[in-house]
Amino acid sequence: MTHDNHQPREKLCTLAEAIERFVPDGASVAMGLQLESMIPFAAGHEIIRQRKRDLTLVGPISDILFDQLIGAGCARKIVAAWVGNVMMGSAYNFRRALEEGIPHPVEMVDHTNFTVALALHAAALGVPFLPTYTAIGSDLFARNEGLVEFEAPYTRETMTAVRAIAPDVAILQAQRADTEGNAHVWGNLGAAPDAARAARSVIVVAEEIVSSKVIASDPNRTVIPGFLVSAVVEAPFGAHPSPVQGYYNRDNNYYREYHRGTKTRQDFEAWLDHWVLGVGDRQGYLDLLGAERADSLKVRKHAYAARTDFGH
Amino acid sequence: MEPVRATEIMAVAGARELRDGEIIVVGLGLPQVAVVLAKRTHAPRLTSLLEIGVVDMNPVDTPVGLADSRIFHGATCWSGFLDVLGMNLHRGVVDVGFLGALELDRYGNINTTLLQEDSGKVRYFNGSAGGNDVASLAKRVIVILRHEKRKLPLAVAHLTSPGFVGGKSRAQLGLRGGGPHRIITDMAVLGFDSQTHEACLLSVHPGISAPAVQDNTGFPLRIPAQVPVTPLPTAEELRLLREEIDPRGVYLR
Repeated sequence: MTHDNHQPREKLCTLAEAIERFVPDGASVAMGLQLESMIPFAAGHEIIRQRKRDLTLVGPISDILFDQLIGAGCARKIVAAWVGNVMMGSAYNFRRALEEGIPHPVEMVDHTNFTVALALHAAALGVPFLPTYTAIGSDLFARNEGLVEFEAPYTRETMTAVRAIAPDVAILQAQRADTEGNAHVWGNLGAAPDAARAARSVIVVAEEIVSSKVIASDPNRTVIPGFLVSAVVEAPFGAHPSPVQGYYNRDNNYYREYHRGTKTRQDFEAWLDHWVLGVGDRQGYLDLLGAERADSLKVRKHAYAARTDFGH
Repeated sequence: MEPVRATEIMAVAGARELRDGEIIVVGLGLPQVAVVLAKRTHAPRLTSLLEIGVVDMNPVDTPVGLADSRIFHGATCWSGFLDVLGMNLHRGVVDVGFLGALELDRYGNINTTLLQEDSGKVRYFNGSAGGNDVASLAKRVIVILRHEKRKLPLAVAHLTSPGFVGGKSRAQLGLRGGGPHRIITDMAVLGFDSQTHEACLLSVHPGISAPAVQDNTGFPLRIPAQVPVTPLPTAEELRLLREEIDPRGVYLR
């Protein structure tokens, strides 16, 4: 297994270029790895606009991003611990696809948050599986071939073997990155560090592109080292409506509006035209959102970390 | 003063299950309220963990959801799944985990995945998230749910998270965690029989009768001859809940 990042090519590119190059039809794509935080909605919408098909979506909980990709017809298979609208409950496209095959049938592979993390961690270590005590006795085994009970060596206990998941591409949000893809991420990390090391290629979507000096000033904050990264994109507000610590808060109303506005297939198609297909690119989305709404979400009560000495 | 609400009784019942010094995995909603209440009353040295990787949150205002930076405020450590769900929960150091449920059956098995209608049509909900991990691995599991017959069936339609599966002990099942310990509803508090592992009635909330609880439960409950009444919140607990922890009534109204 090799990372697709050996060619000495400029990594900094537009979102459209990154998706076109690293998300082919049929790819497995890990995204939304930090639960409700830092979900790459801008990247997801670009995937929809480029009409990617037959994707396998991998992530613990993707909030409404997976629902949008399912509704837009991009997904063939979902590998996740939970799909829905975290704040509101149901995600209607997910349900329509599983219950009625609309817009087309989708296969669901059930995980837990921990088994998703373990599966990615196994791939990150380069091992075929990792053992755990979780999920024993549950119906998850019937809905996931990547969970198998086995007898552990040494102790002879029954354990669950979680098969490694090596996604073709991981799309990860970062607060800031340099042009080589060295990315500072802070807040809750979920399974992002594991996914960055499990995937064959990595797209970093950063709020800001900064100089390498900024990155090197705080190397413990570098959750994604640049040598693993294939493409770097600057996309302010790229995770909206999900939050990015230190930049903006969650747009709770957006999730409510999505819930109310996507109950029927017809409503969802109108939603998709309005927010994704009709806007052309992320700037068009932000123009539609409006500066006032974006501004109201920005972090106001700043709380900076203490200074950290990396001197010698 | 406003009359005591069922949600307040539930939050207080949850808080009182927690002992000082314990390590708790907490989710969104009432569990979060219960943990903060316990910490500000009898259990100041509780350690709370959010599965995503937040240690010792000290929420300001009332956070909405688990991605609200107000809930993370004052946390002492931020990490990720492998840390909280792995090196803490999986290692076996988590004392209590809180869960919700779409369905919960007499052996404390939880369904959060799907239901099958009488017509045979399957309706999908959400899935496990970290629920199965908490149910499998925490020493004591506390489930909070609305008390309705259809939510408390004899057997769950899909076993997302294990309790005492098939009435077996956790050791027989090969599960490390202790399993379901308390079910806190808006009518009563249930526990589990140590021999049969079946749910039994521990207390009814003020004004609720034991037969009413049974009427709203889809499996036969073992009911003691004398059913205790769930203790009401104290004046101080109510003040903390209403004025400090959830003044806007996000979870308690």
